[in-house]
Amino acid sequence: MSLKLRDDEKAMLAGDYGPARQKAMALLVRYAEALGVERFVDTTNVAGVPGSITPFLHQYYGAYGSDYNTIFSLFDLDADEVVEVPRVSGHSCMLQGGIDPENFEVLGKTAEALALDQAGEQGAAARDIEVLRTCTPYLVGNVPGRGEHCAWMESSAVVYCNSVLAGRTNTEGRESTSAAMLTGKIPDFGFHRDEYRFGTHLIKVETPVETILDWGMLGYFTGQCVGEKIPVLTGSIGKPQVILHKHFGAAAASSGGVEMYHMVGLTPEAATEEMAFGPGRPKEVFVYDAAARQRIYDDLNANGRSRDVDFVMLGCPHAALEQIEEACRLLDGRRLSENTQLWIFTSRVVRAQAQAKGYAQRIIAAGGHIITDTCSAIGQAIPPGTKVAALDSAKQVHYLPAIMNIEAWFGSTADCINAALTGRWQGELV
Amino acid sequence: MSDSVGKIVLTGRKVVAGCIEGEALVTQETISGWGGVNPVQGTVIETRHELRGVSFKDKILVFPGAKGSSGWSAMFHHCRLYGTAPKAMLFTEMTTKVALGAVVMRIPTMTDFDRDPLTLIRNGDWVKVDADNGVVEITPRS
Repeated sequence: MSLKLRDDEKAMLAGDYGPARQKAMALLVRYAEALGVERFVDTTNVAGVPGSITPFLHQYYGAYGSDYNTIFSLFDLDADEVVEVPRVSGHSCMLQGGIDPENFEVLGKTAEALALDQAGEQGAAARDIEVLRTCTPYLVGNVPGRGEHCAWMESSAVVYCNSVLAGRTNTEGRESTSAAMLTGKIPDFGFHRDEYRFGTHLIKVETPVETILDWGMLGYFTGQCVGEKIPVLTGSIGKPQVILHKHFGAAAASSGGVEMYHMVGLTPEAATEEMAFGPGRPKEVFVYDAAARQRIYDDLNANGRSRDVDFVMLGCPHAALEQIEEACRLLDGRRLSENTQLWIFTSRVVRAQAQAKGYAQRIIAAGGHIITDTCSAIGQAIPPGTKVAALDSAKQVHYLPAIMNIEAWFGSTADCINAALTGRWQGELV
Repeated sequence: MSDSVGKIVLTGRKVVAGCIEGEALVTQETISGWGGVNPVQGTVIETRHELRGVSFKDKILVFPGAKGSSGWSAMFHHCRLYGTAPKAMLFTEMTTKVALGAVVMRIPTMTDFDRDPLTLIRNGDWVKVDADNGVVEITPRS
């Protein structure tokens, strides 16, 4: 089995489309050969972090000038020389990362780091890359069509794309997405192929799953059970909503490596259990019952000891507008505890909507912050002196304590807002 | 080095070309990139990982494969820039994360072996990875 290039791919590799596309194609050929695939697919929807400039990359490539072309050529395309990076070929967007310019001091970032990040963003925008700066592109207008070949980064977005939208993407990286933006090509591997998308493991849900908390815990359970395989869920799962899928998928992609799931009757490639499994049979069967639910809750709270909470973080993945509205409703005009900070992370699009509806002003009046572009884990940013956090995201509780060396509690959004108001963790599983 | 009598030879598929030898670092657990390693030190940092605190710098890393965030390749790409990358990688489970990571680290890498490297190679064995010819030669530590 060897890689076969089509005429347009050969022409790009030969340099007929300019030096940047030549370097991009050369990287994709190395990648396709590493994967052992025979061909590329044409991709029409690419989501990555093209040319992002960090203080480290700026310093490392200083001898080359450290501008957008430098970082994109030498890091993103892994080339050995700097080339002029042209406008991208197709629909491309920039995901989360970097620094919210309106809150860089809250995040503890320097003006210098912000200036570098802004230069990277302007470089991307000048090349026709949409600046979404969110881990939830599907909440702000980037909604792939059924069967559309995509090349996306961000595990929680990848699992949403495959499972909920029936778009087709593997978990791509920074280098492959940047190269795909210039070429419109990605290796024909994994989730691009029909035969790869069928379920492999069965999860029987035998306890009610209705709320964000419950969908997150079921996702965490699912990832623990199946690792990176493809689960099919049946049973007592409540009515689906975008925000519920968002929390389920993010959790399953964190505790395991789930890139696609089926929920029978709820997701598009699983009208029936037979359709979800295709020609295969379940390799293993797992049951999610009340005892499993309690065990997952205890797992997610394993890093909590002190009940004095000094930081509440919401918006992992980035909050949808209705989640910010919910936070406002729960705050009910009250002020936060003097000992507790509240940061809600979201996209720029949703923050603009939250401002238009007055929610953002109410969060700020209570003493909280609405922050875009990043999150505490990605940005490695928590309030100074934080020892104990409260989180409503199974994904964030999976990562943040390890990355920032803090304790953390997991519970409902209401538990978290209560902790922000009182400074005390009083959450319990009901 | 011990004589050739004690050597074990595996055959497999080239992922990234090259030929190099070094000391094996073996784990039965998959490795996370972003949030799982410290690229400045070249160490695994994941809580509860059996290699937590252990450096893979200049080792022949023998592992099942990659897991976790889509930042895997970029994190290991940073390891190359910091000079903390492994010398070579041998893995058993192909994913986009580990394939792209191997490519941008530019280190000899192989997979699809005739026998299981995770059981045949032990920590500290001397391993020659000849990805160009699809051969791994293991000299067990005495």
